[in-house]
Amino acid sequence: MKPRAIVAGIGQSAVGRRLNRPALELTLEATLAALADAGLEAKDIDGVACWPGYTPHMPSFSPVSITDVKEALRLKLNWYTAGGEASQMSAIINACMAVISGQARHVLCFRTMTESSAMAQGTRSSLVGGGAQRVNGSLSWLAPFDAPSASNWIALAASRYMHDFGLKREQLGQIAVNARRNAGLNPRAIYRDPISMDDYLAARMISTPLCLFDCDVPIDGSTAVIISARETAKDLKGTPILIESICGPLYGRDSWDQMEDHTRFAAEDAGQRLWSMTDLKPKDVDVAALYDGFSFLSLLWLEGLGFCGRGEAGAFVEGGHRIALDGELPLATGGGQLSAGRLHGMGHFCEAVTQLRGQGGERQVPGDPRVAVVSNGGGPIASAALLVRE
Amino acid sequence: MKPDADYQAFLQAGRFMIQRGQASGRHHFYPRAIEPGTGHIDLEWVPASGLGTVYSTTVVRAKPPAVSYNVALVDLAEGPRMMSRVEGVAPEDVRVGMVVRARITHDEGNGGNAFVVFDPV
Repeated sequence: MKPRAIVAGIGQSAVGRRLNRPALELTLEATLAALADAGLEAKDIDGVACWPGYTPHMPSFSPVSITDVKEALRLKLNWYTAGGEASQMSAIINACMAVISGQARHVLCFRTMTESSAMAQGTRSSLVGGGAQRVNGSLSWLAPFDAPSASNWIALAASRYMHDFGLKREQLGQIAVNARRNAGLNPRAIYRDPISMDDYLAARMISTPLCLFDCDVPIDGSTAVIISARETAKDLKGTPILIESICGPLYGRDSWDQMEDHTRFAAEDAGQRLWSMTDLKPKDVDVAALYDGFSFLSLLWLEGLGFCGRGEAGAFVEGGHRIALDGELPLATGGGQLSAGRLHGMGHFCEAVTQLRGQGGERQVPGDPRVAVVSNGGGPIASAALLVRE
Repeated sequence: MKPDADYQAFLQAGRFMIQRGQASGRHHFYPRAIEPGTGHIDLEWVPASGLGTVYSTTVVRAKPPAVSYNVALVDLAEGPRMMSRVEGVAPEDVRVGMVVRARITHDEGNGGNAFVVFDPV
C-alpha cells in the first residue's frame, strides 16, 4: 500500500461580511472546531502548514502567522512551514508530505482572510497596490492600464474563450445560478436568496464578459483542516477521508498576461498531474468542488480535469441539470466562493470532506458519494486533490 | 542593465523599443535583464513595428461619473504579448483579431510616465 495521508478533521469559523473580529480569534475558532471534529487536542498537533503565511504587505489577504497560532495554543511543533511562493493548496500538500515522511503526525493547515473588513476600510488586498506602498515585478506592467484586479485578467481569458468557442452568457451563468441555489440550502453561506438566469443576465457588468454574479464574495473568515498520518485513523473521532492524490504543478508561464493560451490555463496541467497519480478516472468522481473565485474558472476546471473536452464546458453546464445536487457531477454544493464566500480554496476542501462524510444536511448530494475532486486556483496557479472515503 | 528604465527612456524619447535575444532571434515583453526560456543575457533593443493584433479585450465598467474603459491584450507583430488598451474606438467595439497600431502616450497622474496604447488601423 503506498503511503498516504488522511483528512482527520475540518473546522470553520464564523464567515461573514465585515465581522470586525480579530483574525487570530477567527483562526482559533476554526482550529478548535477542527480539533473537536477530529477528536484531537491542541497537544496532539505537532505540525502547522499555511499558504501563503502572514502577508504583511497586504494584511487582509492572510493576517495570521504560524507563530500567532502556536503562541495562542502553546503548540509544540516538530515541523512547520508557510510561504506564498507555492501553489494555493500547498499547505495541504506540504502537510501530506510531512505526515508521510514522519516529520509530523497531525498537521494543522489554516487559511484566514479579513478582506471584507479591509474593503470597508479601503485597504483591500485583492487589488494590485491595494495594501502596498509600491507595485513591482510583472504586475507593474498591468497597473498603467487600470487593470488592477483578477476580475480584469480573468475577463480577458473569458473574452478570448467566448471568441474561440462560442460560450454564451446563458451557459456561464449556470455556474452562478447553481451555486446560489445550493447556498440556499447551506446555513453558513453568505448569499442565500436564489437568483434566476434573468437576474444573472441583468446584473451589472464588472469587466466584460464578467458581471457581479461571476465574481466571488470577499469575506472575513477562517478554515482549518487537520492532515494526519494514515495509521492514526483508528484514534480519530470523525470519518477519516483519504487523500488519494494531490498536486500543484507549474508548467506554463508564471504570469497572468504572458501565458501562451489564456483559454487553456494551468487547470489542464493540474488535471494531467492529478490523474497520473491514481487509478481513478474522472467518471469515478461523485462531487466536484471546483474553484470559483470567478465562475469562468469552474468551466476551465471542468475541461482541465477531463470532465469534458476542450471548449465543451459551456455545453456541459447548459441548462444546469448536470451540475445540480442531483446531477451527474454536482458543483459548488455549499454555494462555492460565489455565494458562500472567498475562503480561498480551503472552503472547497472542507465542503468536499463534508459531502463525502454525508454531513451536508439539506445540501447533501444523494447516492452516498465516495469520491470528490477539489481544485484551487486560476490563471497560472493551479492545484487539485482527489479525496476518497474508504 | 536596467531594462525598465531603458524602456521608459526610449518611450520618453518617442521610440517604442522592445528587446530581442541575439542568439535566439526572439523578441520578448516585458523588458528583462535575462531572456525568458534561454537564460541568455545577449539582449538588444530593437524598434517595434508598432503593429499588433488584439488577442483579447474587456470593458471595465466604472461607476458614473467615471467612464468605462478598455483593457486589451495585444499580440505584437514581433510575437510578444502585452497588456494595453485600444483607443480611438468605443471600448465595447474593440474586437478580438482587430489589427491595431501602437501610439506612445503620457500619464500625467503617474509621474509623467510614458506608455504604449493602440489605435485601430
